[in-house]
Amino acid sequence: MASFNLADSTVRELNQHLHGSVAGKVSVDNPGGKHSVAVGATDAHDVEINGNVGYYCAGMNAEASIVVNGHAGPGLAENMMSGRVRVTGSASQYCAATAHGGLVVIEGDASSRCGISMKGVDIVVKGNVGHMSAFMAQTGRLVVCGDAGDALGDSIYEAQLYIRGNVESLGADCEEKEMRAEHKEALRGLLESAGISEFSVDEFKRYGSARKLYNFNIDNASSY
Amino acid sequence: MVDKSWLKESATFSRPVIREIQRAAETGIYDIRGFGAKRSIPHFDDLVFLGASMSRYPLEGYRETCDTSVTLGNRFAKNPITIDIPITIAGMSFGALSAQAKEAIGRGASQMGTCTTTGDGGMTPEERGQSKYLVYQYLPSRYGMNPEDLRKADAIEVVVGQGAKPGGGGMLLGQKISERVAEMRDLPQGIDQRSACRHPDWTGPDDLEIKIAELREITDWEKPIFVKVGAARTFYDVTLAVKAGADVVVVDGMQGGTAATQDVFIEHVGIPTLPAVRAAVEALQELDMHRKVQLIVSGGIRSGADVAKALAMGADAVSIGTAALIALGDNNETYEDEYNKLGTSAGFYDDYQDGKDPVGISTQDPALSARLDPVAAGRRLANYLNVLTLETQTLARACGKSHVHNLEPEDLAALTIEAAAMAGVPLAGTQWIPGRL
Ligand SMILES: Cc1cc2nc3c(=O)[nH]c(=O)nc-3n(C[C@H](O)[C@H](O)[C@H](O)COP(=O)(O)O)c2cc1C
Repeated sequence: MASFNLADSTVRELNQHLHGSVAGKVSVDNPGGKHSVAVGATDAHDVEINGNVGYYCAGMNAEASIVVNGHAGPGLAENMMSGRVRVTGSASQYCAATAHGGLVVIEGDASSRCGISMKGVDIVVKGNVGHMSAFMAQTGRLVVCGDAGDALGDSIYEAQLYIRGNVESLGADCEEKEMRAEHKEALRGLLESAGISEFSVDEFKRYGSARKLYNFNIDNASSY
Repeated sequence: MVDKSWLKESATFSRPVIREIQRAAETGIYDIRGFGAKRSIPHFDDLVFLGASMSRYPLEGYRETCDTSVTLGNRFAKNPITIDIPITIAGMSFGALSAQAKEAIGRGASQMGTCTTTGDGGMTPEERGQSKYLVYQYLPSRYGMNPEDLRKADAIEVVVGQGAKPGGGGMLLGQKISERVAEMRDLPQGIDQRSACRHPDWTGPDDLEIKIAELREITDWEKPIFVKVGAARTFYDVTLAVKAGADVVVVDGMQGGTAATQDVFIEHVGIPTLPAVRAAVEALQELDMHRKVQLIVSGGIRSGADVAKALAMGADAVSIGTAALIALGDNNETYEDEYNKLGTSAGFYDDYQDGKDPVGISTQDPALSARLDPVAAGRRLANYLNVLTLETQTLARACGKSHVHNLEPEDLAALTIEAAAMAGVPLAGTQWIPGRL
């Protein structure tokens, strides 16, 4: 096992280790809110970070499994390609922004713009998400076990949203959709991989694109 | 037949203005088009070189060397790039342009030892394969963005804005979204694709500093990082880009081309390239970063004269978009009949957003794009870059410079008061720079 104590070694050394060395267990202590912790991993490392991290932790991750025992700052797992990221606390803004694949699990809350422009990632938030979550979300799935803030799914494309609690308001072109058997099945799978067993899939509602704004039409100008 | 010769056209309501009002009334939607600003604004044409005279001697063409190489990114990057000519190819997306056009650009640029740039839509194997140096754009949409391509790039360009539309996002209309383009962007085929106007995971210069550090961490501090801004509050934007850790700053003036933007945006937002160069250089000088952080200038560069003037004002290199497309074959008279069918004429075509480009450049239509031979078009681009370089050297030698970077504002005079004020060089025949004591 490789260990990095960020109180006396640098984020650079940690990241260099994650780029190219043989995949294995990596433990990180005293992250102290530092930025860019464990970014750009290229292999199936098993990273455990003990403490809070700053901006862009696990950014552009590929293959690695990264657990943050603490809270995460803005842009957690931004543009992630594959692998898994789990935060035991809460995550700040733009969690999993533009991420292409893999699974992000937030055990606490995620702030505004969770899943902004997501491009295929799966995100499961046990608590609530803030306003403008899934803004311009392209593909992938966002599960929120708590409530969603204002303008959920604004200008959404083909991403699927499953929300258990209250939705403050829906953004432009986002609408509630029928929850069919296949959706319940998919949701069940997501909750299971996130390790969440307290909630039944029947408690969730599904949201997605009304697809009315896909091609510009002047009569829709007031919808934006 | 009415004799039109005595008809008086209104300067306020000119025929294009009348036509635009009629078009707006018919369709109810603003005009979206490609190309750059079309109206007349102060530009490099309003400057002249003084050349050598009693007090300084010129260099002999074809005999005495005049170096044109430029190193980009030696502030923080482990692997800066050195290009042979002070002219790069600007970012133009696959999606906006055909794969053939992207390949041709890569070929032409590589033949001349310079770099080319991806665009909003990701990196294609065609352009990576053909480009000796490829700059990978990091845009708000993050279409096609992935760490593997990031590591394949020779430099990374964080796009904050574009001269054609500072503060505006992008738009690729549904008719240009082929299966391949859609797949690269993770979106359904045939729908309009909006590219966001702001980055999804940072706002402001303090965040940008953290973002740049993240990109450096992901790529092990190897790649030069460029920051591209549209010309607006240029002095402050350049200052903040340098503070945020840029290796290279790219400033794109309002004449800069675009693939699809509202006409009102193209013509009315941003400042011309001329004052932007001066403001950018002043910012770098004030920070003692001139020549340490390189400045690339774009927006309306057409000739070696434009290149030389931008360098004399303090730029390290220039970048071209529209002129490169024209060199490939855009607006070529060979296709006049087809331009006519589209309601336009060679020399006026600007509907890059439509995807019907008869020349096969700004289209995804397989039949149309097949018309562009990437090898021949690449050769034309290389020829054109060669001419720009020779012209630049001619002017530099006339001013007695053995490297094009030795050109300086002192070599210039302005022909108009506006240009003198904007460029910060004296009005020809005087010592007068308006706005300075
Ligand atoms: C067809 C076309 C597509 C463009 N696409 C992009 C793009 O994807 N990203 C970007 O930053 N700029 C884009 N631009 C702007 C150019 O990078 C560059 O700033 C501009 O063309 C320079 O001005 P010039 O055309 O007068 O040389 C595009 C320009 C054109 C003409």
